[in-house]
Amino acid sequence: MMRRDLAFRILARHVRDEIVVPVYQGAQEWRALRPDHALTYYSIGAMGQASSAALGLALGRPDKRVIVLDGDGSLLMNLGTLVTIASQAPANLVHFVCQNGMYEANGAHPIPGRDRLNFAALAKAAGYPKTYEFSDLGEFEAKVAGVLGVAGPVFATLKLVPGEPPPQDYTFIHGAGARETFKAALKRG
Amino acid sequence: MSDQDQIEGSQILDQVAARGVEFIVSVPDITTSQGLLWPIVTDKRFRLVRVCKEDEGVSICAALSFCDKRALLLIQYTGLLDSLNALRAAGCEYKLPVCMMVGLLEKEPNVPPTQSARFGVRIVEPILDAMGIPHDVFELHGDAPRIGPAIDKSYRDSWPAALLIGRRI
Repeated sequence: MMRRDLAFRILARHVRDEIVVPVYQGAQEWRALRPDHALTYYSIGAMGQASSAALGLALGRPDKRVIVLDGDGSLLMNLGTLVTIASQAPANLVHFVCQNGMYEANGAHPIPGRDRLNFAALAKAAGYPKTYEFSDLGEFEAKVAGVLGVAGPVFATLKLVPGEPPPQDYTFIHGAGARETFKAALKRG
Repeated sequence: MSDQDQIEGSQILDQVAARGVEFIVSVPDITTSQGLLWPIVTDKRFRLVRVCKEDEGVSICAALSFCDKRALLLIQYTGLLDSLNALRAAGCEYKLPVCMMVGLLEKEPNVPPTQSARFGVRIVEPILDAMGIPHDVFELHGDAPRIGPAIDKSYRDSWPAALLIGRRI
């Protein structure tokens, strides 16, 4: 099983001018890794909505690649999003779900069906043309460039465990400055 | 009031298009199905995004605003009630323009929503008031000119707006 912070560290090496939409603890890890990435749209506050926000960004800016770093508990709150995204078929959307099997930010309770769920299969059945599943860090490192480069919508499950607890920077993430920074960066290109 | 006095779908769509709305994000609503959503399917002025659930639409519309794209969320009031948390977060706490056109299913013609016999209809405006979201009811022919300014205000203020459709069109 991969550690999420290590998987994100690998992913971060491939992210340049893409939009990144992370959620909850993953968002904190992403911020700790890439505080400089102004094209980060932090999706915290309405659990499950990250991929829908990402779809809006992908439709509004087809010239930009949009990478969602979803959570498993989050995605379960909005499973219809898989069907909506697949039917809109944005070629510039890459949808990762971090599957750690728990509501990490809410007491580490297990998600329903944690031992049986296959998110990549759900995405495939919903109509994502490309789906992947990674649980080995070496394999993820070897293939992530291909995942990011293929025409979307792309879905990839990252089976992992939490990493070292990241600093909790809710003040920035919830503040108006986070969205102003993102908006300004998006306007620049 | 006669049926001839009621607002027409073409009036609404002309107002929406004139305000630069490009995306219509929708879950079908019988109140607006015939007069709005079916015409939108073939109206080249709009791009229709069909969503599975209304809260998806809240987030899509909010995100599109970052791209300087205007959108209208066309839903039923039941979907509005189901989307309140997304609306609270994206619209109210993050102060983003989420412009909603909401069908008031089974509201009686020419009866104010708060006086409807339908419980669900009666609570819509008080809930919007509690969230500080401006709302207006559109039911009659003469109501249509208020639609465009309501959309402009939502985007100018970067704040949600609810345009309530008071009878089946």
